[in-house]
Amino acid sequence: MGETTIERAAKATPPKLARRIRGLSDRAIAWIFVAPTIFLLLAVNIFPLIWTIRLSFTNFRANRPNAEVKWIGLRNYERILTDSDIWLTMQATAHFLFWTIVLQVLLGFALAWFINQKFRGSNFWTTVIVLPMMLSPAVVGNFWTFLYQPQIGLFNYSVAFLTGADPTSFSMIGDTGLAPWAIVIVDTWMWTPFVMLICLAGLRSIPDSIYEAAECDRASKWRQFWTITVPMVLPFLMLAVLFRGIENFKMFDLVVQLTGGGPGNITTLTSIDLKREAFEKWRTGYSSAYAIILFVTVFGLASIYVKALNRVKER
Amino acid sequence: MKTTHLMAATALALVSGLGTTGARADDLTLCWAAWDPANALIELSKDFEATSGHKMSFEFVPWPNFADRMLNELNSGGQLCDLMIGDSQWIGLGAEAGHYVKLNDFFEAEGISMADFIPATVTGYSEWPKGTPNYWALPAFGDVVGWTYRRDWFERPELQAEFREMHGRDLAPPKTLAELKDIAAFFQGREIDGTTVYGAAIYTERGSEGITMGVTNALYNFGFLYENPDKPYDMDGYVNSPEAAAGLEFYKALYDCCTPPGSSDWYMSENIDAYKSGQVALQMNFAFIWPGVNADPNVGGDRSGYFPNPAGPGGHFAQLGGQGISVVSYSDSQAAALEYIKWFAQPEVQKKWWELGGYSALRAVVEDPGFATSQPYAQTFLDSMAIVKDFWAEPAYASLLLSMQDRVHKYVIAGEGTAQEALDKLVEDWVEVFEDEGKL
Repeated sequence: MGETTIERAAKATPPKLARRIRGLSDRAIAWIFVAPTIFLLLAVNIFPLIWTIRLSFTNFRANRPNAEVKWIGLRNYERILTDSDIWLTMQATAHFLFWTIVLQVLLGFALAWFINQKFRGSNFWTTVIVLPMMLSPAVVGNFWTFLYQPQIGLFNYSVAFLTGADPTSFSMIGDTGLAPWAIVIVDTWMWTPFVMLICLAGLRSIPDSIYEAAECDRASKWRQFWTITVPMVLPFLMLAVLFRGIENFKMFDLVVQLTGGGPGNITTLTSIDLKREAFEKWRTGYSSAYAIILFVTVFGLASIYVKALNRVKER
Repeated sequence: MKTTHLMAATALALVSGLGTTGARADDLTLCWAAWDPANALIELSKDFEATSGHKMSFEFVPWPNFADRMLNELNSGGQLCDLMIGDSQWIGLGAEAGHYVKLNDFFEAEGISMADFIPATVTGYSEWPKGTPNYWALPAFGDVVGWTYRRDWFERPELQAEFREMHGRDLAPPKTLAELKDIAAFFQGREIDGTTVYGAAIYTERGSEGITMGVTNALYNFGFLYENPDKPYDMDGYVNSPEAAAGLEFYKALYDCCTPPGSSDWYMSENIDAYKSGQVALQMNFAFIWPGVNADPNVGGDRSGYFPNPAGPGGHFAQLGGQGISVVSYSDSQAAALEYIKWFAQPEVQKKWWELGGYSALRAVVEDPGFATSQPYAQTFLDSMAIVKDFWAEPAYASLLLSMQDRVHKYVIAGEGTAQEALDKLVEDWVEVFEDEGKL
């Protein structure tokens, strides 16, 4: 009978190392393997978080390393929560988040359903549809500023063609009423294909046999859609909402490139505002408190959402 | 005994190393904004490489990211830059945070006198605290906001006649802000050579410093002051005086009546593009663009003219631009960097700097009898440099600037609230900044 792999590995292990390992329990060996990961997590995630919490109670400024750092208690939190401008940025973020998700889910699902019909050329159209999300957000932001140009922009000309309005009579990124929608449109254009792909995966995971059984029971197409398609795609859809929600909560590059947060601060999202406080004004303590408030908000919302997602999956 | 020998040898090596610093060839990196003058400086610096043996490298960052990128570099104690041509408003931070090397002793040793430079540039680019003989930079590039206009359009007889009939005066470069607005309104939406043109391209940019660099040209001339001249940091009634509010209202009126559609986030490059493509009759911009305008095949030569920022009811000022050149304190090649500054300060180098398109701040160059006629824009540059005023140069300038960007953009572009409310809130923001700084 030949040697097993384990026996060969044991023989190949240098006797010194083998002696040392032989004395260790399984638990200890497991810890040895897990320890580097835990150390990395502590160093990269946990330590900065604790450090940020600590800084949030001080007046520390990273660009003044020699200045005296004072403990100011909850002053930073109080300032942030009573600052009406910050509530406006929260409002702008909520508007952006809500409408991008609603539009992307509706359009993404509709596109996925359309592509799932397996018509001739569906693969080609899938490729065409996913092109926008392959582009860099900075590039997308840049070329949409041209599309939105009242004098030369294709977008304005298209609207003018359809409505008969003067293309120079409105400015998508210069008007306070239109700018919040301008960023919603661009993000929807760019990321609807992502939602579509997730929905498509959901649609293709539904076995044909379920629809065949429904056909035998004489269920109408409408009924099949609401009682088979929607419930079975829902977990996928909720996952897409989670991904897009997280992504759009930290949206930065696209909006900075498009509007710079303006006009005024009508499109200044929390991530843009936080970046200005932290790395332009260098109010490190203040921005740490700001980051903690956002972290708690996102963490709370995400936890509730994930719980709901799990419940849907269990059904 | 062995230790003593070793210490002596080390000391000898250090001394001989110091003694030969000047002869050692260094790699120097100069950091600045990515714009036309930077290309001229590359050309100019070839002479320095040839004479000194040092090798020059350049790190140029586009204007919208310049402050962000370079201040991060300085704040992190980075060694990327040996020489920094930093914006004038950074001087307070550069000095107080220890980013820049103080140059007084060096200037004295090398016979470089600040009296040889245009006084406004010394105050604006070199001194901290302002008005004291503490120098942290050598004036490198004089710059100021001024105006470019389409002389070929202004000279058209039919437009001249129509304007005279409308306003009772010639269509000529304006002397006052009110005249400027009349001219801008006159051109707004007009058909010229089959194309619709607009009045003026002005600074409206939100993200960095654009709208502040534009609006101050109206505010100063209506009576805006940063603080009580007799009581530092006392801003209430100066920043938000009724005159200052009138200045802000003027800028909004100019934006509303006379700018191209969609110009809600424009700064230097957008204004240049609008002007060169024939969209606007007037362009607000820093003087650095004038050599490029003059050489442009579409709008250059006689087709364009230049004038300083017009006066207002409260005075005659223009926003200072430009930069000084400093030695970064974190550099390992400080001796070679100082050598560069010594070379750059020479009158013949400064003269060549002007010829290549760099705005020299050396009096020997700008006061030369032939200077005013050396370029079509030279006299306007001199007139403009005589009326400059600058933004805060405090260490907290970034916070002060961002507050002003925010408050002014909200009023002028987004149309939120009144001018008085915008300036009242600006005072509140600035008081908070100075309180945080411990200055109030």
